[in-house]
Amino acid sequence: MVKATDILDQEPILEVKDLQTSFFTDKFEVKAVDGVNFAVPKGKTLGIVGESGSGKSITSLSILRLIQNPGKIIGGEILFKGENILKKSEAEMRKIRGNEISMIFQEPMTSLNPVYTVGQQISESFMIHQNMSKKEAMKRSAEMLELVGIPSPKQRVKQYPHELSGGMRQRVMIAIALACDPELLIADEPTTALDVTIQAQILELMKDLQDRLGMSIIMITHDLGVVAETCDYVAVMYMGKVVEYAKVRDVFKNPKHPYTVGLLNSLPRHDIDLGDVELQVIEGSVPSPDNLPKGCRFAPRCPFATELCHEKLPDLEQSDNGNQIRCWIYTDEWDGDQEVDVSAKRTT
Amino acid sequence: MPKELLKVKDLKQYFPIKGGLLGRTINHVKAVDGITFDVYEGETVSIVGESGCGKSTTGRAILRLDEPTAGEVEFDGEDLLALSKKDMRKKRKDLQVIFQDPYASINPRQTVRQILEEALEIQNVVPKNERAKKIADLMEVVGLGAHQADRFPHEFSGGQRQRIGIARALSVDPKLIIADEAVSALDVSIQAQVINLMKQLQRDFALTYLFISHDLGVVRHISDRVIVMYLGKIVEIGDKTSIFDNPHHPYTKALLSAIPVPDPDAQSERVLLEGDVPSPINPPQGCRFHTRCPFATERCRVEAPELRNIDGMKEGHMGACHFMEEIKNGTHQVE
Ligand SMILES: Nc1ncnc2c1ncn2[C@@H]1O[C@H](COP(=O)(O)OP(=O)(O)OP(=O)(O)O)[C@@H](O)[C@H]1O
Ligand SMILES: Nc1ncnc2c1ncn2[C@@H]1O[C@H](COP(=O)(O)OP(=O)(O)OP(=O)(O)O)[C@@H](O)[C@H]1O
Ligand code: SF4
Ligand SMILES: [Mg+2]
Ligand SMILES: [Mg+2]
Repeated sequence: MVKATDILDQEPILEVKDLQTSFFTDKFEVKAVDGVNFAVPKGKTLGIVGESGSGKSITSLSILRLIQNPGKIIGGEILFKGENILKKSEAEMRKIRGNEISMIFQEPMTSLNPVYTVGQQISESFMIHQNMSKKEAMKRSAEMLELVGIPSPKQRVKQYPHELSGGMRQRVMIAIALACDPELLIADEPTTALDVTIQAQILELMKDLQDRLGMSIIMITHDLGVVAETCDYVAVMYMGKVVEYAKVRDVFKNPKHPYTVGLLNSLPRHDIDLGDVELQVIEGSVPSPDNLPKGCRFAPRCPFATELCHEKLPDLEQSDNGNQIRCWIYTDEWDGDQEVDVSAKRTT
Repeated sequence: MPKELLKVKDLKQYFPIKGGLLGRTINHVKAVDGITFDVYEGETVSIVGESGCGKSTTGRAILRLDEPTAGEVEFDGEDLLALSKKDMRKKRKDLQVIFQDPYASINPRQTVRQILEEALEIQNVVPKNERAKKIADLMEVVGLGAHQADRFPHEFSGGQRQRIGIARALSVDPKLIIADEAVSALDVSIQAQVINLMKQLQRDFALTYLFISHDLGVVRHISDRVIVMYLGKIVEIGDKTSIFDNPHHPYTKALLSAIPVPDPDAQSERVLLEGDVPSPINPPQGCRFHTRCPFATERCRVEAPELRNIDGMKEGHMGACHFMEEIKNGTHQVE
């Protein structure tokens, strides 16, 4: 098994090793996160991409230890600045959350409290983590709003979430997340609910803040465009597992895993005219969690799958170009066509 | 020359806002505010634009799911707005709709067979004794397989449920299908399957599509022509190559440039728009885009631009901006 840190050019701030988180329902165990490995370099952005249900959000909630019943982290290590988060007490975790690691959730309206003003919500973090007085905290809150590009911040602190537009609410979420100058920011689909012109503003803002504050970011998204634009490293997830992990350019220019290749090929693009051809598809659909394939999770949909793929689960291994891939094709055990070219059919 | 199947003229949809003690109408949401376009037989016309610009409202007004405030809708030579409610219901056989969330428009307690049977019965498309065969055919056509007809919607995946919605729309042999964000909720790998299916069916059954979407990648792939809307108005319309490769309206340009490209080497010249889309309750005077437009002048604040074609635009390509020529020549001056 390879080490995720092997492909980093920087020191890691976070390293996730073989993380496993399951939900225990009446009938069966849902392996939401089932052996996830990646590392986040200091001051850089790691993207996590994958289809709906692949385990992106549960991975990030596991990092903050916010998994609730019937869910449970059942294995692995999460090293934050070298220390295993899974060994920390709940009191220690409270100090880490919202302070050293903070998170922006997908739906700003559900994570902002409708009965408190924006200023009160940002202030809270200053008062808890930095022992500021109410007045001081409110002043800092206005500064935070200014930092995230909200005009007339002194008036805005007094407003309630419903008085703001979707884009402004997302800026407020970012302000709250950044209030305590976190070392790691986890952004779970921070722009999915927004229009593209507003998304462009928010992504620009996050990049700008990263340059100024030097934080590390985990960017969770299903949008490959957002990944290409904002990330330095990428982990591609499929059914609870990382199937490919590499530098962003290597994932887009030289993808190795059949799933990654399939994803890139099935994407219609606004900047390229593909002509009147059919889009390439990944056949079939994601199996249901109670019917997990026994071998490679992607085997039922993979155009290259062999008997080995259907029988045995491959490990994450490093290929010659540096991508870490969970696929039998790149191993000595491969029992299929030795000349197989996974990206041969690529159209773009 | 293909003939016009759908002609929409000066369509308006104002929703009343009630208020005060007496619950009187105090204002209106001008969701769609005077739009005109044609859809030719066998083509796909897409409507794009940001949330709230009036895409769905346009589709609903054409189907008379909401009664339009003003304007004309002509379908296959017939004035739809003049039809009685009953005749309009019959007419819906020719104009079908597929929504984003197939679950919301499907009865979860019916099997797929019952869903399709009901549609066939209402519109009386085939004699009773041929319905079972028709259902089996439909299931094959949309790639679900006839053997799955007796399952319930919740037993299918999202992409499969969208196929059920398509099968139901197809069951009555429509001429026009209005697809409102029909593939937006699907993962890319599944989305590609459904897009291919829709294109295939269009060829096989000579269907016409009005395709509503905010995903410009999907739109480029599926459309013949594209309508760009902003705050209830059409700001640009044209064949897809013109819209994507030769856009003339500043909003179209900004919209296209804002979309992240799935290529880390792509060098995009991004036009970052300031601020948010204004409310359609009291939309800006003059050009509706002037509050965010980098080229706005005094004229834009008072005079509403009309759609027009200028030199260098293909036939049928039109934009609604006062300064398309100047912006193009680089001679435009913002005071
Ligand atoms: N409370 C729960 N009980 C049972 N299963 C759960 C629960 N929460 C999540 N899961 C399952 O865990 C898996 C991973 O979910 P997760 O929310 O991480 O997906 P995701 O990749 O974030 O998807 P999306 O793109 O839709 O947000 C899914 O199969 C989901 O059904
Ligand atoms: N029944 C209604 N009553 C009042 N206002 C409405 C009604 N339906 C739509 N609107 C308003 O009309 C405007 C246009 O809405 P519409 O649903 O057509 O937008 P859209 O372009 O489809 O957006 P989206 O991309 O979010 O689906 C919005 O401001 C919306 O709030
Ligand atoms: S291991 Fe086999 S099934 Fe899995 S992705 Fe590779 S080739 Fe396909
Ligand atoms: Mg999620
Ligand atoms: Mg809509």
